[in-house]
Amino acid sequence: MPIFFYIPWIHVSGCNMKAKSAWVAIWFLAGLHLLVLFAGFFAPYSYDTQDRYQPFAPPARIHFIDANGKFHWRPFIYRSVSDIENSTEYKEEQSTMFPLRFVTHGDRYSLLGLTDSSIHLFGVDEPARIYLFGADGFGRDQLSRTLYGGRVSLFAGLLAALLSATTGLELGGIAGLYGKAVDEVIMRLAEIFIAVPWFYLLLAIRAFLRLQIEPVTAFMLVVGVIGLVGWGRPARLVRGVVLSARERNFVLAARGFGASNTYVLRRHILPSALGVVFTQIALLVPLFILAEVVLSFLGLGIGEPVPSWGNMLSYAQQHLLLTSRWWMLLPGLVLVPVFLAYHQLLDSLHLRLQ
Amino acid sequence: MIRYLLRRAGNIALMLLGVSILMFLLSAAAPGDVLSEARMNPQISPETLQAMRVQYGLDQPLPTRYWKWLSSVAHGNLGYSFLYNLPASSLLWPRALNTLLLTVPALFLSWAIALPLGVLAAARKGSWIDRIFSAGTSTLLAVPDLLLALLVLVFALRTHAFPVGGMNSHDTSDFGWWTTILDTAWHMVLPVTVLVVGSIPTIIRHVRASMIEVLGSSYMKAAEGHGLSRFTLLYRYALPAAANPLITLFGLSVAALLSVSLLVEVVMSWPGMGPLLVEAILSRDLFVVIGATMLSILLMGVGNLFADLLLYTVDPRIRVQHES
Repeated sequence: MPIFFYIPWIHVSGCNMKAKSAWVAIWFLAGLHLLVLFAGFFAPYSYDTQDRYQPFAPPARIHFIDANGKFHWRPFIYRSVSDIENSTEYKEEQSTMFPLRFVTHGDRYSLLGLTDSSIHLFGVDEPARIYLFGADGFGRDQLSRTLYGGRVSLFAGLLAALLSATTGLELGGIAGLYGKAVDEVIMRLAEIFIAVPWFYLLLAIRAFLRLQIEPVTAFMLVVGVIGLVGWGRPARLVRGVVLSARERNFVLAARGFGASNTYVLRRHILPSALGVVFTQIALLVPLFILAEVVLSFLGLGIGEPVPSWGNMLSYAQQHLLLTSRWWMLLPGLVLVPVFLAYHQLLDSLHLRLQ
Repeated sequence: MIRYLLRRAGNIALMLLGVSILMFLLSAAAPGDVLSEARMNPQISPETLQAMRVQYGLDQPLPTRYWKWLSSVAHGNLGYSFLYNLPASSLLWPRALNTLLLTVPALFLSWAIALPLGVLAAARKGSWIDRIFSAGTSTLLAVPDLLLALLVLVFALRTHAFPVGGMNSHDTSDFGWWTTILDTAWHMVLPVTVLVVGSIPTIIRHVRASMIEVLGSSYMKAAEGHGLSRFTLLYRYALPAAANPLITLFGLSVAALLSVSLLVEVVMSWPGMGPLLVEAILSRDLFVVIGATMLSILLMGVGNLFADLLLYTVDPRIRVQHES
């Protein structure tokens, strides 16, 4: 169920523990975002490097002890091979070991769009390929694709939430400050966006936009649509804060001392609204990550060959894949710790603000 | 009472009108229409295309189209599906019924399960039961519905315990209506499970929170002092006092369930509104998209209306407020 309405789940006891786990959540999220930002370095392959001879290769096992029982300090893997041609039943070929190489050369990638590089954190020598998360139907590395896909999914959620929150802040602020007809129009509009089941609204708005589009445009479009759908709730909350702040004694006092409109807005009203906005962002990000995942899952978001967690998961819809190749579900499982972290953050933000 | 209900119904009607205008405006700004695909096809001549445009009414200005759509709604048609050459309503209604077949049982089942659990957690606040519930609900909340649906699907495919996909096995129509109903119920188990498991944690948390608030109040202490039994105390006195926010949540959970159901239907290929809507989007079947959105608002409005009615009957304060 969407997490729109959970304000009251705060356990007031154990404040210290909450603060600590909030830091764990923050560090985890920061680490994950760095990981996907530098996906080129951390991923052993590019997201579209295929190996047509190893479709659905299972996750590689990392060994320290070889077939003869000898221990090796450098971990190694065996190559997955199938006996029959075109079969996806694999077993390890134990005649040759492929030691793990760290900081090694591989596929070229662009580092943050600034410079090209071909250095990867780890890899193995050709012709073996290391599939820590297994491979998909084209023999593409699931780990690499999950990292690159996180770039799309995590940042789509984050950007859309920022978009929603800023739009909500501005429109809610305007509605609260000007009141009367402006307030009426904005709030009626917000009501529509809040009341319609959000998923229907998301799909309805998506329905009127171009279907076949470039990945970059698709990303922008998805962020725009998701951000647009979610502005109602933050706007209503910000309006409430502005309305109550306007009547507070310290604001009236400041006005009495001759404070200007902009001063009151900047010094008194914005700070009290920001708390609400931050909480809303923490609440919207996981929701919007899911929105991107679902859109791409349905084929309405970011499309192949660029991976997103959603379009990777759409392969798992095929029943045969789902039962025999569990690693196709990994991009969905990654969502769980991400959501846990964001919920933790939301909890602590609520606690701090009360 | 009736005036109150009428006003709420009027609100929904206004909302429907607003959303439909918004969607028509959006559709005018949209690139491409239902004929985009036909235009790519070299075998279809420009004359045919023009004829199709006229036939679909796409050559007329937006206000005319909107007016025509409105009158079609008044006739109960909800516009026209380009793809199926049928009134959109004849496509949408059976699908909407199938969606309700999932969401209504899921709604009542999840409340029936979550309410006692939430009360239990509140009554034993701080105990190990409460902690287990708290950990369990946090974990469940972090599992997205999409993943939940896929995991349930894996379970079903592995164990072969439940049928996967569709609403009926293909051979049941020969065995009479009773078998068909049983078969449909059997097919409902998985999607309803996903919906229930997905919505339980939120409900438990809210029940717990509002019960704790009531249980801490002095009149509950007084009632306890009179030697009332624990059960009477919780369910006869505390729960009605805590009910108001929960009833509002009940109305809201209708909207949430409708949204999630859309996704579950697609994953489990249940012939509800979800697959129809996705297909309509992919083929630019404008009126089906608009109709589906309208229907979702209508269903949600009915849910909220039901919650209002419930609130009206449960809370005497509201009754007095509205009658005076």
